[in-house]
Amino acid sequence: MPIQTMKGALRALLLIAIFFSGAWSQASGLIDDFLFYLPDVQFLMGQHLWLTAVSGGLAIATAIPLGIVLSRPSMARWAESLMQVLNVGTTIPTLAVLALSMSFLGIGTVPAVFGLFVATLLPITRNTYAGLKGVSPALMEAAAGIGMSPIQRLFKVELPNALYVIFAGIRTALTINVGTVPLAFLIGAGGLGELIFTGIALYDTVMMLSGAIPTALLAIIVDALIATIAFLVVPRGVNPSRA
Amino acid sequence: MIQLDSLTKVFDTPKGAVVAADHISMEVSAGEICILLGPSGCGKTTTLKMINRIIRPTSGKVYIDGEDTTGMNTQELRRNIGYVIQQIGLFPNMTIEENITVVPKLLGWDRAHYKERAREMMAMIALEPDAFLKRYPSELSGGQQQRIGVARALAADPPVMLMDEPFGAIDPINRAVIQDEFLKMQQELNKTIMFVSHDIDEAIKMGDRIAVFREGKLVQYSTPDDLLAAPKNAFVESFLGEDRALKRLNLVKVREIVSDDIGTVTPGDTLEKALAKIDDFGYQNSILMINDQRQPAGIITRSVARTTKGYCRDHFQNIPATVNLEDDLRKVASLMFAHDTTWLPCVDDEGRVCGQITQRAMTRHLGSRFRAREGDIREANATTGE
Repeated sequence: MPIQTMKGALRALLLIAIFFSGAWSQASGLIDDFLFYLPDVQFLMGQHLWLTAVSGGLAIATAIPLGIVLSRPSMARWAESLMQVLNVGTTIPTLAVLALSMSFLGIGTVPAVFGLFVATLLPITRNTYAGLKGVSPALMEAAAGIGMSPIQRLFKVELPNALYVIFAGIRTALTINVGTVPLAFLIGAGGLGELIFTGIALYDTVMMLSGAIPTALLAIIVDALIATIAFLVVPRGVNPSRA
Repeated sequence: MIQLDSLTKVFDTPKGAVVAADHISMEVSAGEICILLGPSGCGKTTTLKMINRIIRPTSGKVYIDGEDTTGMNTQELRRNIGYVIQQIGLFPNMTIEENITVVPKLLGWDRAHYKERAREMMAMIALEPDAFLKRYPSELSGGQQQRIGVARALAADPPVMLMDEPFGAIDPINRAVIQDEFLKMQQELNKTIMFVSHDIDEAIKMGDRIAVFREGKLVQYSTPDDLLAAPKNAFVESFLGEDRALKRLNLVKVREIVSDDIGTVTPGDTLEKALAKIDDFGYQNSILMINDQRQPAGIITRSVARTTKGYCRDHFQNIPATVNLEDDLRKVASLMFAHDTTWLPCVDDEGRVCGQITQRAMTRHLGSRFRAREGDIREANATTGE
């Protein structure tokens, strides 16, 4: 009973605090300050999402086939060493990747998409590979033994059973991608980074937050979106979140 | 029918070549269950898996129903061979229905046909179709999963089945149930089955014939009874265990050794007559009393018959137990031990007395086979000069 009462009291306090902070920001003109950047936020968010969609889409389209190819038995000899290379690649900070891609491709959208693509590629490839390799040998033997061709085995057994792990990779990769896009501003590709970095440079907190808060929200939304897709797409029998 | 002709597998390992299966030649007749038996690493699983090319043979040929499979397309060959593995290997991403219908779909059956087939298979393995078809493998118990595994292998009605320790991972109680169910199914289906096991009791129970393997070689291939009665060498003998005579009890039915030479009395007979009959038939302790329908009604013991006057109906004792013609000797032996008796009356399905089974007849039956076999072997050795 006392715990219930305390929870109720806390909730009431929280509501009051939110109300007063809202009232205060209205009174002090803070909301108006933020709204001043609204058109910028809208435009830059579009750019931001476009960068994510293109680099992420390309990464998914490349990483999954790459993971599949690496997991084939005929590739077993090279797969592990190649995965090591990719693992090392993952440890390079994205900022460094962007810097490197700028030195080769110049400034603008192309080097930014390329840098983001590389950073996103690795987790998805790794998870696709690990997911496919993690399919139990007994399952593979059963699939072969009842007369499935290698392609049928891949699409009917391996991929469905690895799908949850693959989606986990996509989720991680795209969430990181959204959070990394602001850095693309540094090599002239725009995005919400424009508000964040300019805000920092001008010591303009409102400007900085107008970029930072939408970026954070985008990351959360993308994460939730992919989790939802995984929930719906991964077959129930191999979907831990639907068990 | 499955024929293996000098089937050989040599594995190249870092330690050198290992011969996993060495010129295995054998034949499994249509409708028979052949058990490949042996300790681990003896080549039984390798031999089995070479039939559906999970393992590629180094040399030798496999014939199915007389047809050489060497030139066949691997996928096509496998779709016509039912395959059950110990780890079950149901596809967790598919429903039970999808699992069962996977081979019919590969073979291009139409939808109505394979849906119907799934229900048929469920009925065959005694699982309620409506309750199970839409569920996923992870929602089923191990025993239920392996039943589905068997159903999946049988769905396209292949003439031949390969089973790799199919019931090895199931607890003993469920294993016995599922073995019985499977044998019952096999009576109707008459598949030609190769079945890997390392469990001698399972082999005796399930097999029409048993092939014993050791270090890649087929050591002995014979019926369970022959195997137990006449193991070919010391290895087979030790693998079968010292209680192999007891294991044979499972294989012999009362029908085979029942003696219809049974003396009986009726309730209306006097005890004097009973005593005379006991002596006539050479019984030591007692004689069976039957009623008008020739059903066993009681026993008259010798001591009562000797010391008392009167009619049998007033002085009988209850019968310890009766056995049916279809019971196996293991049950009979168990009943004899439990009731401390050396004979038991046998009844037919209507409960009428049709003979008796004695401890002597049992030991003589088991022993005669042993003696005959040992004689054969001695003769054979003599002729080959060994």
